[in-house]
Order: sequence, then structure tokens, then C-alpha cells
Amino acid sequence: MTIVPKDGFTRKGLTRRSVLTGTGALVVSFALAPHVLAQQQPVAAPEPPKLPGSLDDARRLDAWIRIDANGDITVFTGKIELGQGIKTALRQVAAEELEVEPGEINLVTADTGRTPDEGFTAGSQSMQNSGTAIRNAAAQVREILIAEAARRWNVPPETLRAEAKTIVAQDDRTIGYGELVSSQLLAVEAQPESLLKSPDALRVIGQSIPRVDIPAKVTGGVAYVQDLRLEDMLHARVVRPPSPAAQLQDVDTASVEQMPGVISIVRDGSFLAVVAEREFEAVNAMRALQQAARWSEQAVLPDQNNLQAFLEATKGDIGTVAEEGSPEVSGKIFEATFRRPYQIHGSIGPSCAVARMVDGRLTVWSHTQGVYPDQEAIAEMLGMDLANVRVIHMEGAGCYGHNGADDAAADAALIASAVPGRPIRVQWMREDEHAWEPFGPAMLMKIRAGVGDDGRITGWNYDLWSNVHSTRPGGAGNLLPARHRAQAFSVPAPRFNISQSGNGDRNANPLYAFPNRRVLWHFAPEMPLRVSALRALGAYANVFAIESAMDELALLADVDPVEFRLRHLEDERARAVVEKAAEEFGWSSGAPEGDRGRGFAFARYKNLAAYLAVAVELELERETGRTRVVRAVSAIDSGEAVNPDGIRNQTEGGIIQATSWTLYEQVTFDDTRVTSTDWSSYPILRFPSAPDSVEVHVVNSPGQPFLGTGEAAQGPTPAAIGNALRQLTGVRLYDLPFTRERVKQAIGV
Amino acid sequence: MAISLNVNGETHEVDVDPATPLLYVLRNDLELNGAKFGCGLGQCGSCTVVVDGAAVLSCVTPVSLMEGREITTVEGLGTIEEPGPLQTAFIEMQAAQCGYCIPGMMMSAHALLTRNQQPSDREIRDALMTNLCRCGTHMRIMAAIRRAGELMQQAAAPSERRAG
Repeated sequence: MTIVPKDGFTRKGLTRRSVLTGTGALVVSFALAPHVLAQQQPVAAPEPPKLPGSLDDARRLDAWIRIDANGDITVFTGKIELGQGIKTALRQVAAEELEVEPGEINLVTADTGRTPDEGFTAGSQSMQNSGTAIRNAAAQVREILIAEAARRWNVPPETLRAEAKTIVAQDDRTIGYGELVSSQLLAVEAQPESLLKSPDALRVIGQSIPRVDIPAKVTGGVAYVQDLRLEDMLHARVVRPPSPAAQLQDVDTASVEQMPGVISIVRDGSFLAVVAEREFEAVNAMRALQQAARWSEQAVLPDQNNLQAFLEATKGDIGTVAEEGSPEVSGKIFEATFRRPYQIHGSIGPSCAVARMVDGRLTVWSHTQGVYPDQEAIAEMLGMDLANVRVIHMEGAGCYGHNGADDAAADAALIASAVPGRPIRVQWMREDEHAWEPFGPAMLMKIRAGVGDDGRITGWNYDLWSNVHSTRPGGAGNLLPARHRAQAFSVPAPRFNISQSGNGDRNANPLYAFPNRRVLWHFAPEMPLRVSALRALGAYANVFAIESAMDELALLADVDPVEFRLRHLEDERARAVVEKAAEEFGWSSGAPEGDRGRGFAFARYKNLAAYLAVAVELELERETGRTRVVRAVSAIDSGEAVNPDGIRNQTEGGIIQATSWTLYEQVTFDDTRVTSTDWSSYPILRFPSAPDSVEVHVVNSPGQPFLGTGEAAQGPTPAAIGNALRQLTGVRLYDLPFTRERVKQAIGV
Repeated sequence: MAISLNVNGETHEVDVDPATPLLYVLRNDLELNGAKFGCGLGQCGSCTVVVDGAAVLSCVTPVSLMEGREITTVEGLGTIEEPGPLQTAFIEMQAAQCGYCIPGMMMSAHALLTRNQQPSDREIRDALMTNLCRCGTHMRIMAAIRRAGELMQQAAAPSERRAG
């Protein structure tokens, strides 16, 4: 049976946990989800109550928290560390409610053999989903321990308190957590309501405790899957096709097989790889195979200089994202077309995986964002039972969305299945990652909006064209090697769907209050270039277009752009971040002098998550068209702040990364091949162009739900930069990125 | 071919193809995780190590050129138990997100700070010209390098050293 379609893949009804061995007091094997039971029973069971966060999907407390007889505490999460600091923040929420120190929590992250299935670590949802689940589970475990102590002592539970891994009575009697869990105390379903600590009682939540992973990363410890060194491990390289539609015609492998260290050449249709004893031998053999391979290629790519024509020509469904009042606009009209190119994730470490096939059982170590979906897709690709495939997460370099991680895992799995026994390490080369990772899709946004004599927006028409923004596995067809095999899995048809959190249409509907609006997504089903989720999905380009238009409308209304936004914002938390960013920037003191401009932008991510406003000061070198963000000042409200410095770190990063996308980045290609295959053909921001300062002011909302942080800055940043350029030069740029050539052309140099 | 390498003050004999980039020897033969593979093209700086005081891109440097040279990797700057000033400063400033580029950043900084413990903003940016960070940790990286310079100066000024 299949249920709960979520983020493009389908979850199984069964939530599996391995048998916990060792001295653990709690031994649980399978936690059957109630909907499975429901299907097996002839009479429809009542709908189970909604549980907080991911508890709703893995409903037993012991799926999340284990306490051993010696008092050791282990917390399990289906989420992963991406450099966002989740390992630290999740320890904080667990330690808070369990009344222990964060260092006393052993945290196990995504592993299909051990942890709950939380789908993908994506969409800035780790704190909402896993953080909420763990916090509630920890609070419920604490209350169960208190109740158990109360039962043993025959005293009322409200006279007891938890402290330092013990339950303490009024007469100072204590009993350790480990002594209390001697039975199957936590092998119970979680409750919908938890007794969470009140905001004023928090000790750990809200503290900027240092990240647990940084010391190893700065001293050469094993930190990444790239650092995994298993005994007898072999090194593999994949020879990727030269272009997206290329097929392998012929390859003479005889001479390559004789090269030093070569163990095996794996060919399966258009999938070609080499396995060698040593890494450099694999690289040399890969280069030789590249020379030996003959490919047929097809000119199937759109015209890079006219992506608008491609997007408008690929006819799919049209979805209504938002509709209110009449689509007519009146008053002074602003009308424009904005465009975004294909852009890459550009992880600094190219994708890597290690796989080992022994006796028909496959283990894969991967920096995938979703171990369970990957397990399913790899099992499908290899025709294996799910039970014989284990995917264990290890960190990779920052991914910022769906990069080559899953494909590298599948490469390693496919090669390991052909060369069983010894572990196989696959390391992608730089050109593999640049050319073959799924790109952030090109987008086209047309806007027509008006402002009345009262200085208020009269109406808003917005049309966007885009591919789907997620082609994650679900399904072997989303794995590159599965597509290239002789028995090829075809690329699944993209599903068009208008959802609350949005996809290509994420943040397409402005949060601002006005009477008339119509927002449409013209779905582009054809994907000549491989695309998928890049940090913030459509929100990057949609907020760029919306917030550029807001500044133009403010000009038409002759109102300060910050004031104009506040005039249309009813949500108090939205207003608060706008006011905070403006105040900290010193907005009221006017625009800077000389060749510097200022710009402002705001969005609430997905219209339901974190609020973020940013003001930037931009400098322009007119002769060269070079622009640089000198100063960025932002304010963010991502709900109850667990680790304020973690929120600042991610937001600083979001602002700088989005600045790089906006000033420099576009995938280049001819009619057949991707031509941006390294850092010289796809430049990104380097240190000389980094800002002088980036400020992030965390607006804390104690007692409010976690809203997530990671992607909130991606949309407002490009708009603030465009608005600053407009303020400085009087010219608006509609096409991302704002390259020197485009800037010079716009200002007439 | 047997090659003798001096890495972090220790001599190692390795038997490798002399054309092998130093990076693969450091990572696979000497099992040092600090230097990272990022591009193999000398464009991103993840593989940066210090050779005879200068920052060198180990992914494009054949190991055969390294005999008789002093090679330092991030492992040579201190340990997790006893971190050196650069490591202390990066931890103090929480100057990492994914952290993959950070050892390369630290080695470029090490070459700079060995020459000049009070670098200007411009000198820091120039020293990191070759190092790419994708998470956008630039501001913290620069702050950590300034802080490391301070820590090194404090350590080098005995008169200011506290007793004990």
C-alpha cells in the first residue's frame, strides 16, 4: 500500500527500526503505523490523532529516544547535517525537555537501519518536523519517567521534578533515568499534547551553544563521506556522457584494462565506469576511457539566449496559485518581465559515495538528503529487496538542495553490484558535478500591477513559467545511472501541483494586502536540462520579481519603499522584521552618497515560515559595471530561536550565496552540451567581492512554533540588490544575473 | 617509485606514481583528511596545503616535486584536544557551515599569518582569492583569521603572558 505522498515520493506504511542490541533496556523491532493496521482490519479504524511534527509519521516514543540501563540517552532523527547545524540544535531541544546537558545526548542521524523515516532534509523543515517531534517526545519521556518514579514511590507526580538524568522528590530522594526504564516504558505511542517547558523556564533552547561538528572539521577529523576509508576499498570513476542526450556507441576497453591498477571496467548501456586499486589510477583510466569512448549526441537544448521562448513554448497546465477580487488593475501601472537562468548548487566537494555488496546485501554510505527515498530508488534500480539495501548518511559538502548526492550513491551501488566484495568509493570530478547535477530551473515572471491615488496597490497580475522544482527520487528514473543503463529507467513525468508551500510557485503570491489579484503558474513540462530543488525553489525568482515591483510601485506612489511595504503588511511579525531591518540599517537617514545605492526587500518564506527583511548598500564601479554588496542588514523571525548564532550563521550564508547567484551565476550551454563545467566557466563570488559586513538580527518569538531558517534570505536578497541598483542608477535590471556586461549596457557605458 | 615526504614534521616513505597529485597521497596514503578534493583543477582552494611557507594547491602539484620540502596540512596546526591558534579562532568564531572548504581556507591563512600577524582586510581577501566558499561563510572566515592573528601575537609576546 502507499500513503502520504510527500515532496514527490511515497512513503511506506511500515516504519522499521532495527532491533536495538547491547545493554539497552528498550528492545523494539517494528513499530507498525496505524494506517497499516487500519487496512488489515475489515472495519475502518478511526483516524489516529495528529501528532506534533514528524511524530505523526513515526508515532512511538522509542523510535526517537532511547534510554539505556546505565542512563545513556540516544536521540534518533531522520534528518541530516548539511552544515546548517541541525546536530547541535536537535541536541538542544532534546536536552531542554529531558533536563540534561546537550553534551549528554548521543544523536543518531538518518540511517535506514536505525532512524525514523523523515523523508528528505529539505525545505527548511528540520526544526519544524524533527525538532518539534524530538522536543515533544523528550517532554513526554520526561513525564513518563516522573510518573514511573511517582508510582514506585507512591507519591503524587506533581511533587517530583527531573534534574540531571534523575527524578528528584521533595525529600531529595533521587532515582536515575536508567533505573526507571527497566521495562518497556517508552514503547508507547506518543500523545498529541505534551507538557512543554514554558519559555521563561528554558535553559538550553535560545542559547548560542557552539556547533558540535566544527572542532573535528578544523582539525582533520573524519567528517565527510569523502573521508570514509574502509579496508580493501577500491576507487571508481564514472565516465559521464558528453551531453544530456548522448548515448554510448562504442568503447574499446582493451588498452584501458591493461593500465596500472585497473580492476574492472563496468559498462551497462551508456553507463561506463572504471574501478582501480588507487584513486589516481582510477582518474587516469577514466581519462583514457573518455578518449576511447564514441558517443552519439543530439542537439536538444534550448537557445540559452532566449529561454523565454523555450518556456513559453512548452505547453503544460496552467494552475491558479491565488485569486482574489478581479484581475483588473487600475491607477498608475507597472508592467515588466523578469527572467532567471538555470543555476547550479555548486557544492565545493563534488558528490561522493561508498558502497559494498556482500552476499546480496548492499550498504551505501551517502550524503543524500533522504536515506529512505534513496534506499527505495536504489533497490528499484538494482531489482533488490528493500530489506537488503541499507543507506547510511554521512555528511558531504554543503548541498543547498538536490545535487549529485543521490546519483553518486546510485553509481557506487551499481558498480558495487557489478564488482561485489570490496567497498567501492565513487568520487565525482568537478565537471561531473557542474554538468550533471540537477540545475535550479530557469524561470520567467510577468507582472502587471497598479497603484491608486491613495498610494495603495489596486490590483496584481502575476504569471510565471517554470519547470517543476523537484525531481528527487522517488523512483529509480530519477537516478542518473538508472537512466543510462541498457535496461534504462525512464525519467518520471513531472507532476504539476499547486500546494500550500509551493514549488515553482513558491512565494509567487505576495504577502501584501490588496483587493485584487491573480497569480498563475504556466507549467513547463519539458525538461531538456535536468532540473530539481535548489535552495528556496521558485521563491528566489518570485520574490525577486515581486519585491522589484514593490519598489517600482512605491516610486509611482511617491512613497518611501519601506513605508510602502508597511502600508500593505497586516501581519505584525512581518511588520516587526521590516521595521527592525530598516532601523538597524539606518534607513531613515537617507540614501548613501556617491557611487553607492541602497535597496530593501522582504518576504515570509513560503508565506508560512520564517519572516526576513534585508537592506543592502551596493557599490558600483561605472567603468567596469562591477557591483559589490558593501553592507547587508537583515532581521529574521524563525519562531522560537533554538540557537540564535546558528540562525545568524545560516542567514549570513544565505545572503552571501544569493548575492553570488544574483551577480554572477548562470549555467551556459550550446544546442547540445552544457559548457559551464568548472569554476572558471561558472564563476561564483570570491573574497575580494565579499561584503564589508553582514548583520543578522534575530527577532525571537518565544513559545511560537519553529519556522525554519535555511532558505529565508534567498528571495529578498536579489530584490534588495536590484532595488539598490535602481535607486543608484535609475535603471532597473530584469534579467538575472546582473553581470558586468548587463550593468554596463543598462547604464549606458 | 619511492618518495620521501616531510609532512607536519614527520618523514614518510610512499611508493606511488610520481605524477600523482600530492592531494591523493596526503588523503589516501597518509590518511590525512584535512586537504579536500574540490575541483582537481586548482580553481577552488579546498586542497590548499602549505609547502615551505607558501600556500600550494595540492590537487595540481605532482608528489615528485615535494621531496625535501616541508609540507604542512591542517593536522599540523594542532589537534582537537589542543587546537592551535587558527583552529581556536575558527571554533571561537563558529566560522564554518558545511566546513568542507575550511581547512583550505585555514592553510591559506596560515601562510599569510606566518608572514604577517596583523594583515589588513585587503591582505586577507587577497590571500583567500583562490579559496571558494559556497555556504557564504566569508565574513566569519575573515573574522576568524583576524582573531587568529591576535592569538598568535599574544602567544608571541611573553611579557603579556599570564602566569601559569
